[in-house]
Amino acid sequence: MIPALVVFGYLGVVVYIGVFAFRRAHGRAQAEDYFLASRSLGPFVFLMSLFGTNMTAFSILGSSGHAFANGIVTFGLMASPAALVMPLMLFLVGTRVWALGKRHGFITPVQLFRDRWETSHIGTLIFVVQAALLVPYVIIGVMGGGTTLEAVSGGRVPYWLGGALVAVVVMSYVFFGGMRGTAWVNTFQTTLFLVFGAAAVLVIGWGMGGFSASAEAILASPQSFLLTRERYSPLDFFSYTLIPLSSIAFPHITIFCLTAERMAHFKKTIVAYPLCLLAIWLPCTFLGVMANRATDVPEVRAKLEARTTLATQAATLAPEARAELRAQAAGDDVLVLLLNHYAPAWLAGLLAAGIMAAVMATDSQILALSTMFTEDVFAHYEGKARFGEQAQVMTGRLFVIGLTIVAYAVALRAPESIFVIATQYAFTGYAALAPLFFAALFWRGSTKWGALASTLWVAFGVIAIAAVNSSVPAPPPGLATPVWSLAGTTVIARTAGGLSVLGLLPVVPMVLISSLLLVLVSAATPRPSAQTLARYFAND
Amino acid sequence: MKKTLLVLATLALYLLHQDVWLWRSARPLVLGFLPIGLFYHAVYCVLAALLMRLLVVQAWPGHLERAIEPPTLPGRDEPRS
Repeated sequence: MIPALVVFGYLGVVVYIGVFAFRRAHGRAQAEDYFLASRSLGPFVFLMSLFGTNMTAFSILGSSGHAFANGIVTFGLMASPAALVMPLMLFLVGTRVWALGKRHGFITPVQLFRDRWETSHIGTLIFVVQAALLVPYVIIGVMGGGTTLEAVSGGRVPYWLGGALVAVVVMSYVFFGGMRGTAWVNTFQTTLFLVFGAAAVLVIGWGMGGFSASAEAILASPQSFLLTRERYSPLDFFSYTLIPLSSIAFPHITIFCLTAERMAHFKKTIVAYPLCLLAIWLPCTFLGVMANRATDVPEVRAKLEARTTLATQAATLAPEARAELRAQAAGDDVLVLLLNHYAPAWLAGLLAAGIMAAVMATDSQILALSTMFTEDVFAHYEGKARFGEQAQVMTGRLFVIGLTIVAYAVALRAPESIFVIATQYAFTGYAALAPLFFAALFWRGSTKWGALASTLWVAFGVIAIAAVNSSVPAPPPGLATPVWSLAGTTVIARTAGGLSVLGLLPVVPMVLISSLLLVLVSAATPRPSAQTLARYFAND
Repeated sequence: MKKTLLVLATLALYLLHQDVWLWRSARPLVLGFLPIGLFYHAVYCVLAALLMRLLVVQAWPGHLERAIEPPTLPGRDEPRS
């Protein structure tokens, strides 16, 4: 119970930071202060908090859980492509978004699109799609909180209570602190995780009798595939390089780009970003793989047994029994289980607090949704003009509460792993929205109708993925259930990891068709006025 | 010329992500425990950081910051300090 108490103490500290940020902003109940911290973040806070917003339940629990089942391939799927593409997006798009935000006073990406393409309601549609895609990501934050607290307390804090507690804490400091509170908490959390994450690797390695022995033991076992990528298709591996395109289309990242005091603050962030990713993902992936040797941890042993049953008897099992076994074998909590078993109680508590820190990066997503709702809907449709700026900020705060309750309710019933939810829905949808940013910032010929076609396609695509995933039961790992074939070739299939299109992740056709629609429809429709184009391209 | 070289360097690093030549190898274990495929991608991240450093030094879009003027968006009334 000691680790759980340390985590509770930690949660108290982050709530206090939120309240402190609220007091600091007293007398400035203005939208730009609450939502963007008055565009005043310095270079260190900007780097740490921007990185913190990306260091989520997905990158800590999802990565180790995926590596537990799939091996080292996890790092190459998500971390190394993001190390190249994500800072590149900040360099190419983030700097331009910052400059336009500074020049025109934008607070959200939708404001930029509305102004750039001279449109109102299409902007509202983009808001709806962006907001809907962010909800799954908020949900996995709540799931991560529940998973971590349940594991760290040895089951004394059940999943539903852990998730509720994290949801309330995040809601509290976002409610009070706004962007300033979120940025400070993210900075604190990222520092905490980087410091204690290194300690976690050493302690677990020591406890397992050294990583060399564990690696050799895995190589000598039937699980040696975990240390190679022999069971993974190179084509599928390649399709993951499109996933990080999503980074800049995530509203919380775009909005964070607007908070920097100066554009020069991007420089250190862009250069340090790949190294920060390395510092987080390498230990998480490696520890997730090594957990396969931690058979002295009863919970891990139970997972391995469920996995073996799934692999050997899947064909004879009913879909419900398969789903239950899959849930038992899921590895989202292996990192916390390793800590609990191998680290002394007080250190396990501090390390679990570090994991909790990452899990709670859901804060910036909740704030981003709140910002977008108040700016892109409430203020845009005259709410601010009629009721004033204080009412706008209060609407944002109420939105935070409503959204957190919805995310919590869904998290209690989420049937899939953190990794699958993130890659199949949030990342895929946002990657397919990335062409909108490139078109708006770099292509004079892009039009609102092109943007509309692209956005509608993204909405249709993600709904279709969800429909197939929920209606076709997941087959055993390594197999695929054909969903739609053409001339004898399986075009769409359901795999254990979700939907597959011609052997590729759905992100590939989603991005390609989104780009194609944007280009073709824009080419056939009238451009915005010369006056607007001059404001956007005069300096290029 | 400089721009072309930077674009080529970026494309080359993008393609180097697909390390099919290490697909089925776990050995050598770097430092005695890190499979070569994982080590390769860790080094890849370091190379990405170096490329970013090159981009920031050689192609920083400083003109964007210099061009900033007071807000002009219709409906946004006051310049920001």
